[in-house]
Amino acid sequence: MAVSSTQVSVHVKINGQEITKECEVRTLLAYFLREQLGLTGVHVGCDTTSCGACTVLLDGKTAIKSCTVFAPQVDGHELLTVEGLGEADHLHPIQQAFWDCHALQCGYCTPGMELAVLALLQRNPNPTDEEIRFGLSGNLCRCTGYKNIVKAVHQAAEIMNHPSTSQSVTL
Amino acid sequence: MIPAAFDYYRAKSIQEAFFAKQQAGADAKWIAGGHSLLPMMKLRLATPPALIDINEIDGLSGIRLQADGLVIGALTHHAEIAHSEEVVRTWPLLAQAAGLIGDRQVRNRGTIGGNLAHADPASDLPAVALALEATLVAEGPSGRREIPASEFFVGPMTTALSDDELLTQVRFPVPSGKVGSFYCKYPHPASGYAVVGVAAVAQLGPDGKFQAVRVGVTGVGMWAYRAETTEKELVGKLPTQENIASAAQHAVDETDVSQDLFASEQYRTHLAALYTVKALQAAVQAIQ
Repeated sequence: MAVSSTQVSVHVKINGQEITKECEVRTLLAYFLREQLGLTGVHVGCDTTSCGACTVLLDGKTAIKSCTVFAPQVDGHELLTVEGLGEADHLHPIQQAFWDCHALQCGYCTPGMELAVLALLQRNPNPTDEEIRFGLSGNLCRCTGYKNIVKAVHQAAEIMNHPSTSQSVTL
Repeated sequence: MIPAAFDYYRAKSIQEAFFAKQQAGADAKWIAGGHSLLPMMKLRLATPPALIDINEIDGLSGIRLQADGLVIGALTHHAEIAHSEEVVRTWPLLAQAAGLIGDRQVRNRGTIGGNLAHADPASDLPAVALALEATLVAEGPSGRREIPASEFFVGPMTTALSDDELLTQVRFPVPSGKVGSFYCKYPHPASGYAVVGVAAVAQLGPDGKFQAVRVGVTGVGMWAYRAETTEKELVGKLPTQENIASAAQHAVDETDVSQDLFASEQYRTHLAALYTVKALQAAVQAIQ
């Protein structure tokens, strides 16, 4: 039944973990994740659906900008944030590639960028330079300059397509 | 940015949505992808007392090629339309336009129904709906009605939908004969919205002359329109560069040209003619 309320209980599976939390219905998903769940890897850059720093993955495959979704709208769904992508001693191939290729400087755009890359590689495991640039046009970086990000996406694709043969070196 | 407080209803069926709307009142808004409404709410340009979320309603999403046309559910996301084989095969300009909206994340969330019902003056899809002579299907507590695209956009961000009606489906007629189509736009460099967007459909007869021409224009005036004078000028003529360029001089005859910080009236008028030529030439070239 359609029930009205200004306060709701939101049940979501985040990074594999089931969570139920009360919030005001007008709470934006980005703030719900950051302030109520402590997932501060979700960055808020522009708060106007432009920069993509707040990108998270909905239901395992769909990149969305969490500043432009109300928290109750993801009730019953699954989310992935950068906290669930890899761990400090076991980076996801995308994270490792960003590290290896110097695809970040200040790092502010990186969590959203990496989740957008994951969605991109899921639907297109071998993207061209142009496809990478078009696919990531919803994520703005203001310091690295994209070249190394494109490089990192190629490396990540390589590792993800051939997980056993590729070894990345960290110094 | 925090929107003003509102009541939230999540409808699981169309009946529930209508019931919620009845309870919440005329100022309540439907929310689908929310990628036009939510930014306006953050800026408090919109302060609806209630939102009725239709995302979880079954049967409002999907693309079907039927005998009576290409039928797209109102909740279908732009990304799905942009990559749909049926759409690419039937009306490539629709896939093109959907693929040029915002960015990937925006296309993942924004819906065709929300886009058309929002009727932003610089939105891409209204131009396409007009050029393709789409039929918009609305449902309300008192039943279902079909609205031709030509009667749907009636003012800036204003459509023929009544307060209690929900846009449920958009139907595009299937092309017949030698038809080509193309959408091109000059996007605002930051927002991606159309400063000028032109959707063109061209049909050639056996004599190689234009049999039918339809041109939908967005971004130029306060709402999307058909460039009817341009269309009429071309019917019966050969698709030459001169004929197209001459007809495109009338691209803004049916509107009052807007001006803003980005583009003056003169610049928009120039772009409208230029993009009408581009879209028409590409539509002619696309004819198999």
